[in-house]
Amino acid sequence: MSETVIKCESVYKIFGENAKKMLEESNGNVDAKTFQERGCIVGVNNASFEVAKGEMLVVMGLSGSGKSTLLRCISRLTDATGGKIFIEGQDLLELNNKELIELRRNKMGMVFQSFALLPHKTVVENIAFPLQIKGTNTEESISRAMEMVKLVGLDGRENYFPRELSGGQQQRVGIARSLAVEPDIWFLDEPFSALDPLIRKEMQDEFLRLQEKLQKTIMFITHDFDEALKLADRIAIMKDGIIEQLDTPANIVLNPATEYVRKFTEEVPREKVLIIEDVMDASSKDNLGDLKVSKDEIIENVAEKILTQEKLVGVVDSNNNIVGSIKPSKIIDTVFGGRKNGS
Amino acid sequence: MEYLKKYPKLFQWLFLLIVFFALCFAIDVPETYKFIRGQAEFVKDPNQSVYFFLGKEVRYYAFDVFWRLPPLLGWLPIWINDSLFFLMNEWMPMEFWNEDTQEFKTRPLLLEISRNLTSFMTFLIELIREILLGGLETIVAFTSWDFIDAYPWLELPGLPWTIVAAGAALLSYKLSGKGLALFAGLTMIYISIFGQWKPSMQTLSFILVAAPLSFIFGLGLGIAAYKSKRVEKALYPILLVMQTMPQYAVLVPALVLFGVGDHAAVIITMVVAVPPMILLTILGLRAIPPEVIEAGRMSGCTNWQLMFKVLIPTARRDILIGVNQVIMVCFSMAVISAFIGAKGLGFNLLLALNQLNIGLALEAGLCISLIAILLDKMSLAWANKQTDYFGNLTFFQRNKNVIFFAASFVIGIILAYVGTFIFKGSFNYLFEIPHNKGISTADFWNKGVDWIFDTFFVYIKAFNTWLIQDVLQPMRALYLRMPAVATLVLAVGAGYLIGGVRSALVVAALTLFIALSPWWDRALVTLYMATFGVVISCLIGFTVGTLCFQNKKSAAFMLGVCDIFQTFPSFVYLIPVMMLFGITDTSVLIAVIVYATIPATRYTIEGLRSVPVGLHEAATMSGVNKFQRLTKIEFPLAFPHMMLGLNQTIVFALFMVIIGAFIGTEDLGQYILKALSDKNGAGIGLTLGICVAFIGLIFDNLIRTWVGKRKKHLGID
Repeated sequence: MSETVIKCESVYKIFGENAKKMLEESNGNVDAKTFQERGCIVGVNNASFEVAKGEMLVVMGLSGSGKSTLLRCISRLTDATGGKIFIEGQDLLELNNKELIELRRNKMGMVFQSFALLPHKTVVENIAFPLQIKGTNTEESISRAMEMVKLVGLDGRENYFPRELSGGQQQRVGIARSLAVEPDIWFLDEPFSALDPLIRKEMQDEFLRLQEKLQKTIMFITHDFDEALKLADRIAIMKDGIIEQLDTPANIVLNPATEYVRKFTEEVPREKVLIIEDVMDASSKDNLGDLKVSKDEIIENVAEKILTQEKLVGVVDSNNNIVGSIKPSKIIDTVFGGRKNGS
Repeated sequence: MEYLKKYPKLFQWLFLLIVFFALCFAIDVPETYKFIRGQAEFVKDPNQSVYFFLGKEVRYYAFDVFWRLPPLLGWLPIWINDSLFFLMNEWMPMEFWNEDTQEFKTRPLLLEISRNLTSFMTFLIELIREILLGGLETIVAFTSWDFIDAYPWLELPGLPWTIVAAGAALLSYKLSGKGLALFAGLTMIYISIFGQWKPSMQTLSFILVAAPLSFIFGLGLGIAAYKSKRVEKALYPILLVMQTMPQYAVLVPALVLFGVGDHAAVIITMVVAVPPMILLTILGLRAIPPEVIEAGRMSGCTNWQLMFKVLIPTARRDILIGVNQVIMVCFSMAVISAFIGAKGLGFNLLLALNQLNIGLALEAGLCISLIAILLDKMSLAWANKQTDYFGNLTFFQRNKNVIFFAASFVIGIILAYVGTFIFKGSFNYLFEIPHNKGISTADFWNKGVDWIFDTFFVYIKAFNTWLIQDVLQPMRALYLRMPAVATLVLAVGAGYLIGGVRSALVVAALTLFIALSPWWDRALVTLYMATFGVVISCLIGFTVGTLCFQNKKSAAFMLGVCDIFQTFPSFVYLIPVMMLFGITDTSVLIAVIVYATIPATRYTIEGLRSVPVGLHEAATMSGVNKFQRLTKIEFPLAFPHMMLGLNQTIVFALFMVIIGAFIGTEDLGQYILKALSDKNGAGIGLTLGICVAFIGLIFDNLIRTWVGKRKKHLGID
């Protein structure tokens, strides 16, 4: 992995009057129930993780699981009650107000679930807003904003007001605004949750296209497990403020760490999520048949070919070297296996 | 028993009423009791009791405490007076440099502050006034610049009305478009040819100082209250009292602090106009979705940028309603402050009222309405204006408004110059049409009212006599028959039944204040007039509102009518009714009803409108007819909002009852009016104002608590 951009060490966020004192007394062993009895609500409970440059970490959880709170701690929209957060090695909680503003102006962009556009500004003014806040002059900020308008495909609508746009278009504006200052770190808080399923899929594809091009470091919040699988490099699953499991999509699907995580994985169409590499046998490379498949292929795409074979199927990497093999029956195991007995 | 279980609230209310009436009958009217008509402090009646408190002597007629409580707060007005006098004349004497005499002079601090403040206000008003009407005296007076004296031709002649009219139209065009420009132009032409130019410009100059200052202070305090809970807590009670305080009670203490004239009027206007602005600013800022604030923060806003570029623009809707309120209050104060010597339309209105000249009053009143609506629309358009970044405009297009204004400026001056030849020896109509030299329809209106009076005299008289003898007098007697203790029990009981212990305590404290003041009887008379007015207004407003709601167009039309009537100076209503019904309670009540029906109608329409569309459809699908839909769906859901209308109706009614003192009433207002001309009136005026405000607040508290509970119950917000 390349350099670490975001690093959290035992981050806690507890709401309530005596939160800080109670956290100190608990010695890092926070139990949500006892806290609640004493009038405190635990938002984030002992979160530790790192996000590498160019990586997309998706935080998945149901409502009330603390995922948005975690994001707000890292963007310091609220101050964490305990723990340490580093952004590119800088201790976030040590920054004074001025430094924090500098950081947000140059390094961070954020997209919101309800779009959070300024109702009195047009599309292009909304996008130019962070630039103008920075002090860029009107002409330059507007021309830069127009580039962003093109990037998200809203050409011709730059003088519309947010209320005149559909939800999907509004979120495009939100995305364009968050990208206007060319941030390195991109926070997205359930950006597609308020959209219709079809528009959501379209926006997800669009988002992947953008990320391909821009290679930002991303923290993406969602309550939709399928969305998480589709987008993530790694997924963190949260429940009651605790990160239950943090791993690649394949590992989460194949080896759910807790019962809670397993429930999510049950309904997942594995053939659409897993790639050959996830299920191949790397130890046996002999007795192969004629068919060879790439290790990065999604199972669904090659399943039919593999299933018609009787012998082992070879798995090759991008340089056509054999890296492992796969039995046709393994495909059936993978797709239908986990569901019968629930293991 | 079953009923008792089913409707426990109903029986609690019944029980309360039974207790109240039992108390009323149990407590006899003392034989010595009579309603005190006038008050002559200097006459010492041996029947009066006396007590001393804080060194103040309080005289009063003692009764059984169950009947009337002794005026234990009687020392308050005297004490306020003495404190004010002390603060103004003796407190903190300091040395101040005097420019004219070139030496230090000892003066009390507060007096000096007040003098400086008033001279600053005077300077602002006079400056604008002289730009509009001519003269350079202000600048001369403030700079001690005697250059003008030596060269009198430098004297600024003021703007011809044609230029001001063109300027207003062009500005409106730039802000909004052709419609508003046309309205602005016509308004100015109307003002001019009806000979109202000078007073209108005087009023305008007053408003142009008062409104922006009120806006800035209101916004600033609103922001402070939004940011700090402590500031909000400190402001809240003052805001509440100011909302129900009759504007005209504020005049009296201001008179003592700031003297007589336009400057004092500006300061009073600010006192009255700032509270609603603060409330609406807080309301707007609170309603901003948290994600918008976070978006602002994440864009790297400093606190300052966040407030002025994100929060305030996002809360624009409510803030603009605040601006509208400020403008409305400014215009109503422009009239009321004529009492303390402010110049302009208000003064003319007051004169017309004294002469019972309905025509003149109507014309002046219309001027006020028109200017108010114009300013309101212009401020709205200004706030909604957007910039066009991609316009590739030529120099002419970019500056066409400035060019047009320059052109009309030149044309205006040429016209005015030509006018000096055309109207040689008489008035130059192209420069300024002098007061009462324009067209006037006054005679028409006066004759109309005279005709009505002559034709219907017999009927009017019969109606009037019947109303007074058979309805109003008995009602008034009944109200005065209420013993203090019984009233207290009723108020506290109602508070408890509606809002629990907290409401009961608040209502008890407010009622007790009035009961312990020397004016309980007067408060009862005020209450009787307000009740009568409110009941009739609600009946009318409710019916009209419901009828108009049946059709979208008529609803919109009615709301427009409400707007106009609300900006129309309330004094004007007094004149025709006074001519028709004489100096009686009937006149006051009719004026009250006309004025208080506005909020009743408005809130009925708005309440019915706010019923969600989905419910309409659901109702239609369950096969209800129009009437059923109205009674089963719309009324129950709109009722909380309509109750807020009742709240406003009460405030409006109280306000008008107090103004009714100008016709002649025997309520709290009469004493407020008296206090205006009394050198020791400040304390009395203020305490009376608080009494009126408290009557309003009692109902305000009860209604709001009830509405809050009801809305929660219905799940609407």
